[in-house]
Amino acid sequence: MASKSDFTPETVITAAGETQESVEEAAANDTAADDMPEDVVLRVSHVSKTFKLPTEQAFGLKQAFINWTRGIKGYKEQHVLKDISFDVKRGDFFGIVGRNGSGKSTLLKLISGIYVPNSGQIEVKGKLVSFIELGVGFNPELTGRENVYLNGALLGFSRDEIDAMYDEIVEFAELEDFMDQKLKNYSSGMQVRLAFSVAIKAKGDILVLDEVLAVGDEAFQRKCDNFFTNIKKDPTKTVILVTHNMGAVKKYCNKAILIKDGVIVESKSKDAVADKYSLENLAVPVVASSDSKKNDKEKEKKADEPEYETGLNARVPLLRITPVSNRIVTSDDDFVFDIEYRFDEKTPFYVAFSLLDMKRGGIPYDSGSVPLTKRGHQKIRFTLPMKLFNSTEFKIVASIREDDPDNDRDTKLVAFTSDKNSCFFAVHNDYMRPDYALISPDQLPLKQEYVPVKDEPAGNAQAKKTQAKKTPAANTKATDSKAASTKA
Amino acid sequence: MSKTSNAPTAGKQRQGNKSSKTQGSQAVAKKPANKPANNTSKSQAKAQSEADVKAANRRYSRIVLKEMVKTDFKMRYQGSVLGVAWTVLKPLLLFVVMYMVFVRFLKFTDGTPHFAMVLLLGTVLWSFFSEASGLGLSSIVTHGDLLRKVHFPTWIIVVAATLNSFISLAINLGVVIVFSIINGVHFTWRVIMVPIGILELYLITLGVALILATLDVYFRDIQHIWEVFSQALFYGVPIIYPLQMAVNVNPTFAKILLLNPLAQVIQDIRYWLIEQRTPTVWNFIHTPWIQAIPIVIAVAILALGIYVFQRNSRKFAEIL
Repeated sequence: MASKSDFTPETVITAAGETQESVEEAAANDTAADDMPEDVVLRVSHVSKTFKLPTEQAFGLKQAFINWTRGIKGYKEQHVLKDISFDVKRGDFFGIVGRNGSGKSTLLKLISGIYVPNSGQIEVKGKLVSFIELGVGFNPELTGRENVYLNGALLGFSRDEIDAMYDEIVEFAELEDFMDQKLKNYSSGMQVRLAFSVAIKAKGDILVLDEVLAVGDEAFQRKCDNFFTNIKKDPTKTVILVTHNMGAVKKYCNKAILIKDGVIVESKSKDAVADKYSLENLAVPVVASSDSKKNDKEKEKKADEPEYETGLNARVPLLRITPVSNRIVTSDDDFVFDIEYRFDEKTPFYVAFSLLDMKRGGIPYDSGSVPLTKRGHQKIRFTLPMKLFNSTEFKIVASIREDDPDNDRDTKLVAFTSDKNSCFFAVHNDYMRPDYALISPDQLPLKQEYVPVKDEPAGNAQAKKTQAKKTPAANTKATDSKAASTKA
Repeated sequence: MSKTSNAPTAGKQRQGNKSSKTQGSQAVAKKPANKPANNTSKSQAKAQSEADVKAANRRYSRIVLKEMVKTDFKMRYQGSVLGVAWTVLKPLLLFVVMYMVFVRFLKFTDGTPHFAMVLLLGTVLWSFFSEASGLGLSSIVTHGDLLRKVHFPTWIIVVAATLNSFISLAINLGVVIVFSIINGVHFTWRVIMVPIGILELYLITLGVALILATLDVYFRDIQHIWEVFSQALFYGVPIIYPLQMAVNVNPTFAKILLLNPLAQVIQDIRYWLIEQRTPTVWNFIHTPWIQAIPIVIAVAILALGIYVFQRNSRKFAEIL
């Protein structure tokens, strides 16, 4: 370890595909090429990456020959990353977010030196340890212990050095009893825990982590949470984290970028990035529907008969919900939205809307049938206070209803909003973990009192009593610490 | 960074390793230690630290290579009852088969009393070549999972695969020597030349393995092609038959067979270790520039292997 830490290596990965290892010293930057400020440990400059995706199976000599004789390229190019540039400074907790397929993992692999950029340059200062695709390259036929040593070697540690940190790794992974079992007999969660423990105990200067927060049981996640909180305070350690958990971004990161279709679309602040990411996800149905809208229009042109969108009909040709307030609100805000409709019949009619919790599932709120009075093309504005809710993503769906002749107590559906006409929005409660309960405890007044306990006959009653006393105590302790950790 | 300024830093970091809590102080200690060195002589510091980087890279490669060889060795006899014993048993059994068929039944002989030992040595050397090239060929593809997750010098995988066969070769050579002693072979001073021959054989094999491993990434067909080709190569090298048989057919043909670097090196090792009547490039061919051909081919194979592999290895992770 000592000999390795004596220098600060700078790895420069260039498009040429050659890794030049040169030493970067604080003041010794005289060449223009590596003119990196002292505190920048990772510089990605104008990096582009293209993959050749085979269109026809190009493996095997025969296919290669056929493709060659026919002049077929055998692949199409996909631009995964386009001209990405950013700096990461020493001590940063840097978040990279983006939807699936946006190019995050490719970027991490470029940073880790597994892939080579087509153009641009990546400069790394210090020892980089990466944890990619939920693993560090384990061999299923080896035991847990052997894998730790093999991986330690891949990270640059000799036997003796791993001996020194072995116990710490095993302890963090909580796998003391399984280390002499073959890795193929581990559960997937155990494998990932071990891999993650190796990665974080490897004492790299830069830690590159891909999707780790979704891994492990709650106890292990809490452990990771502590680890992140501690490493965030350490000014010598730099972490690059890819995650889909915006709560984690807001909690740990001090900087973040949002990648979409291979370009950085947001890099101002971590909050801006997290919010924009949430919006991106909400935007899915809208994007999808804009395409279908075009198709619908084309259809309409072709057919003379008017066609209605899903959920609508001749009686209600128009029903849609449009957000008025920002689509990302906090629990302190109100969410304001409009329901626009067209209804011309003289019979009594109603509107009803409900909130669908897109994260946890279920319908936490339904307005019930609200009688409407104005006919024709109308727009009503609703204001929904959000103080009852913690962080979540909601979808509002609305329906136009009429009296049901067969059932006095219910109304009958006339029209409803499809995905396209519904409204998606997100609520953020910064004080609570995003996966916390939906309903805020502040809004539900809780009553509590002690009730007398029945005395049981002697003997095991004593034991039971103490047990009974212990259990609730332990429980409250656990929830306390949880609440504390979320507030921290 | 000069060495004197390193010493205190290194000491502090060693402490830091033991408890992660001291990491903060470690960083503070590092900065003042660096600065005077940079101010005094930048170029000297840079040269010094470049040497440090190279030393560290070498150290890293050594550590990884060691672990890879260990792992591969463990994996090879995974789940087999006899385990490592197969290393010795396999070439011995092959030898017994060949001995029965060619020496006892077909009456092959080179006219020397130790033809059986010459045959055994040839079998052992060939086993190494065929096993190492085969393991090397598939090594990159079988380690694809690792390559996609960790960045490390790819050549280590191929070298580790061939080194594993090399361990078997070393054990087998020991067996050959024991048998030779039992057989009453007279060892001469030429035995000291054997390691040179072994080294040449290893380097040829490594060159071939590097080329094959690279090709295998692009075309899996190469596994089957190589299987057939190495079989042909086996018969093209005078291992089971004495070269004299080829001479009887056509002396020029026998000379061409000897120009194969594998034939050259196997004959040389036989000559040095067991039987001085073994025909080699040096005593059978008398034109110096023709004598140089197998050496040139051997060097060319290694150079081509290194060149092709280095050129393509950066892209392996993407292709696999």
